[in-house]
Amino acid sequence: MFEVLFFALIVVAGTAGELCVSRAMKAIGEVHDFRPASLIKVLLRALRIKWMWIGVGLMTIGFFSLLAILSFDNVSFVVPVTALGYVAGALGGRFFLGEQVNWRRWAGILLVCAGVTLVVIGKG
Amino acid sequence: MIIAGPLGNLMLGKGMKSIGKITTKISSPGELVDVLARILSSGTIWLGIASLLTFFVAYMLVLSWADYSYVQPASAIAYGVVALLATLLLGEAVSPLRWAGIAVICVGVFVVGHTNPRTTENPRSCSKSSSLR
Repeated sequence: MFEVLFFALIVVAGTAGELCVSRAMKAIGEVHDFRPASLIKVLLRALRIKWMWIGVGLMTIGFFSLLAILSFDNVSFVVPVTALGYVAGALGGRFFLGEQVNWRRWAGILLVCAGVTLVVIGKG
Repeated sequence: MIIAGPLGNLMLGKGMKSIGKITTKISSPGELVDVLARILSSGTIWLGIASLLTFFVAYMLVLSWADYSYVQPASAIAYGVVALLATLLLGEAVSPLRWAGIAVICVGVFVVGHTNPRTTENPRSCSKSSSLR
């Protein structure tokens, strides 16, 4: 019961958080300069974007759910199952960020889902 | 990005296992604070967090130019690394079916990895810049 709840939080809050962070970083634009001083500037600009804060908040919820689950399930089980975020990620990328997801990417995402199913079946 | 992520998850797993199953431990707000304090005073967990932060910074830099629905699946090769390190370092038992599942996930990653990393930009300007190179 708790397992399902925590996995749902990891997948939904974690993925939604990453989408928000991606939206914020796209607003900043491509990072070309990797010197420490300019990276700090990028970071400070990122912190001024509302989506960055929403994203980090959601990812925090996802992170503590991950910690909770890791207290009673094995890493090699928990981490593959969190790959369920791929469906949410593709849907979110498509409808929230306006990215085009072609059939080939959908096929890859479906394979990832099939793999997760096998991991769950193989738990026993 | 591919090494730091799995290593971080592994250390979190190790740290949380030493704290014990939290759902049976927390039945009052006081106990929640107690467990949180123990999580935040664990060295293994902080090492894991540091490792995941390294991963997160690399991830954000990549997200500034590539599509999210491309980056997320492409980073999934880490799932194979996690299982491998979990058996080697934490001694976790991974059943053949679980290995098969992880292998299928990696095939999915391979398929996704062969798509264009950027779709929201004008395709004409993309081909122009690549011909300039």
